[in-house]
Amino acid sequence: MSRTDDINLSSPGIVIDKASLHLQAHPVFEDLSLSFPGLQCHCVLGRSGVGKSSLLNIISGSTTLQSGSVNASNGKSLSGQTAYMFQDDGLLPWLNVVDNVQLGLRLRGETNRNSFDRAMDLLSAVTLTPWAQHLPASLSGGMRQRVALARTLMEDKAIILMDEPFSRLDAITRDELQELACKLLHKRTVIMVTHDPAEALRIGHTITVLHTARPSTTSTFTLSSQPARAHTNDEVLALTPAIWKALSKDKAHPTECL
Amino acid sequence: MTSTKSNQRLSAAIPILMVAVGIIFGWHILIAVTGVPAFIFPAPLDVIGSLVSKPNYFLSHTATTAIEIVVGLILGCLLGIGSALILLCFKNSRRWVLPLMVISQSIPVFALAPLLTLWLGYGMSSKIAMAVLIIYFPVVAASFDGLRRTPDAMVKLANSMQASPLSIIWHIRFPSAASSIASGIRVATSVAPIGAVIGEWVGSSRGLGFVMLNANGRMQTDEMFAALLCLCVLAVALYWLVSSTLEKFLYWQTDSSVSL
Repeated sequence: MSRTDDINLSSPGIVIDKASLHLQAHPVFEDLSLSFPGLQCHCVLGRSGVGKSSLLNIISGSTTLQSGSVNASNGKSLSGQTAYMFQDDGLLPWLNVVDNVQLGLRLRGETNRNSFDRAMDLLSAVTLTPWAQHLPASLSGGMRQRVALARTLMEDKAIILMDEPFSRLDAITRDELQELACKLLHKRTVIMVTHDPAEALRIGHTITVLHTARPSTTSTFTLSSQPARAHTNDEVLALTPAIWKALSKDKAHPTECL
Repeated sequence: MTSTKSNQRLSAAIPILMVAVGIIFGWHILIAVTGVPAFIFPAPLDVIGSLVSKPNYFLSHTATTAIEIVVGLILGCLLGIGSALILLCFKNSRRWVLPLMVISQSIPVFALAPLLTLWLGYGMSSKIAMAVLIIYFPVVAASFDGLRRTPDAMVKLANSMQASPLSIIWHIRFPSAASSIASGIRVATSVAPIGAVIGEWVGSSRGLGFVMLNANGRMQTDEMFAALLCLCVLAVALYWLVSSTLEKFLYWQTDSSVSL
């Protein structure tokens, strides 16, 4: 998989500068400035409706800003450098697992013998090789999300955008998937939106809390230990109160937070 | 695997056979007890006798009707699915086309049959047109419904993978609508014979509708019943064929209890 490694070496960071976004006259961001260094996992927390998913959409370019800019730190355009992973696994029930992994290539008409082999490699990375020819209906929720992870990696993009990918899984399965994701995504730039502070603390190199205040403000926490961290990791335990505080003070004093 | 499957088929056929035998037996008893004359209500044996006395006659007319139904079914389904795709792709067309479709459905086919015979002649084409007309709307409605209701998650994902709109329709919307389209086709299969037979009633020189009309005019009720029996067998066979073919296409659907 040398091709994959080439791309990973240059996984760029993301710089958001004075971004303003209105959706149907409703302000989502106002003067939002944020930067995410490359080759790291960045978790984004925030209250519901604060614009977490919109943040991913402006990075992927599927939503256009009214003003401001979103750029890759390597100067290239971000469009075409991102792959998504959603809360809903979106597996197509009529395709078997290995074809689902190749979905992007199928949709663009690019499948070939080579892509099949690569899909099989990725399936072995998520330990689903024996299930390659099965239909998704026969898989459990955790297995389905592992297929979705392999499908995301198959896109072979430097930036991975994840929108609460593990929120529907039970606690133990979620833990396993977080570890697997950290292992497989460690050379890419990952932006993961989550509702779960524990998840953010476990796998983020940085944790950004989006606040409800306008103009947009954020709080960013940087962790020095390597993910995936244990729930009892010192840094995790030390930061937990601060994260909760940053999240919970939002509603009470929406204008005071920084 | 195959042997268990054919066993399942066989055991599924037993109740149907039992019901059929029960009906025929009850019918026979009823006639024997009440003594109704054969020209009003023939006994099962009379009907079978009529059928056996001229097998080629019934076979050839059944074949005519079968061809009309099948061609009508194929054309109607293609036209219906095509229309549903147009409705899906061109949002503006909905406002114009949907009322037209509802109007076309509200006009009784009985009223149109003489016109179609006038325009298309006594041959098969007017009957095929009737069948197409009668199945068009159910197929459009079911297909359009299915094509519109693609799960958001799938479309969102495909869009994030830079799929073209055409590719999304072909790879995602179409297969995810497959079960709706299939139920449209099933309904079409069960009503298509009505269209063909009505067409034959209005004016024809061949087909089961012609046989029925002819026999009715000559008070040969047993022959009429024989034609009806042919029609029933044809309709059930066709439905079974279509339904089991559709099931093969919908291999990923776990609940396939719709089969006959």
